Amino acid sequence: MCATCGCGDQQHQHSHHADDHHGHEHREHHHPEHVHVLPDGRVVKHAHAPDEAEGRRVRVEQDILARNDGLAAFNRKRLAKHGTFAVNLMSSPGSGKTTLLVRTLKELHGLPLAVIEGDQQTDLDARRIQATGVPAVQINTGKGCHLDAAMVAHALDTLPLAEDGVLFIENVGNLVCPAGFDLGERFKVVVVSVTEGDDKPLKYPDMFAVADLVLVNKVDLVPHLDVDLHQLEANVHRVRPKVPILRLSAKTGEGFEPWLYWLRRSLATGPELRT
Amino acid sequence: MHELALAQGIVDIVAEQAARDGFTRARVVHLNLGVLSAVMPEALVFGFDSVSRGTAAEGARLQLERSPGLAWCVDCSKSVEVSSRLDCCPACGGAQVMITGGEQMRVTELEVD
Repeated sequence: MCATCGCGDQQHQHSHHADDHHGHEHREHHHPEHVHVLPDGRVVKHAHAPDEAEGRRVRVEQDILARNDGLAAFNRKRLAKHGTFAVNLMSSPGSGKTTLLVRTLKELHGLPLAVIEGDQQTDLDARRIQATGVPAVQINTGKGCHLDAAMVAHALDTLPLAEDGVLFIENVGNLVCPAGFDLGERFKVVVVSVTEGDDKPLKYPDMFAVADLVLVNKVDLVPHLDVDLHQLEANVHRVRPKVPILRLSAKTGEGFEPWLYWLRRSLATGPELRT
Repeated sequence: MHELALAQGIVDIVAEQAARDGFTRARVVHLNLGVLSAVMPEALVFGFDSVSRGTAAEGARLQLERSPGLAWCVDCSKSVEVSSRLDCCPACGGAQVMITGGEQMRVTELEVD
């Protein structure tokens, strides 16, 4: 007997409710041919493959990323216990994340700091960070295109945590995949450099849609480019209305004060507050 | 290709359910993917076929249901339906709409042996 409509004949009739799509959801039907009456009165007759046996249905209702989100919550708790404020830095490759980070670490000298570096290969970035004296762990994702919460959990096992300080997680340079993976950070900061063009937020909206702060880097290059910063910012706000945007240059240090202020204030306000 | 990680997530959920429920094989996995979720269905199916090998999800068919994108317009304060993050408000034409739904990626139901 059919588990969905209760019929048992070679040919049968049953009605569909308005919210019931007339697809092939009755795959457990073993009758070769049968008739559906649609809500608008139309009658549809069709057949299913006769060799499909009945399947039992199990309700699940679980997020595909549930495991990652669970681990991220675990990371978040662990960081909160140490009073660590974690920032997930994301951007396309070459936007200047590491240069920005190196300058930021130097400017915040004296605060407890730590860095997790994500790249597909090499420990070049971790070495650049370690040269500043700040502890850093490199995660190599191999062919992986993003960091996930499990990788960060492992990294936290080996990294001396910044007690009441700041942990920067530099994600794999990629403006697509890292957007969907919660790592346990408090804020997601998206870096976009002026050389990438003002239409980047429209081309990669999923990334900008999750940003808590957007940094527009390399503003020292604006005089040499055709980029329109107002347009860039309008495009960011089209995808993520009201998100704060800061213009700066990791090379010259221009615009760094508001960024450092944002970090210090976020550190001071504790983990329960989000702007 | 984060779809591979998503496919792995689906396989993990099926394996967990198989252990709990006692079934040996899932033949259909029902998914609800909001139209604004960052997933490309073709890549997800491709990734699923490879990561499900040797698991309770091997050979299962992914049945996709898409939920609409929902948003709140900053300009006219209305709840509206959108099909992309770049849509303007269908009510007033405003460019600032805040997404409120349609980003979910869920396994809703399994058909199992």
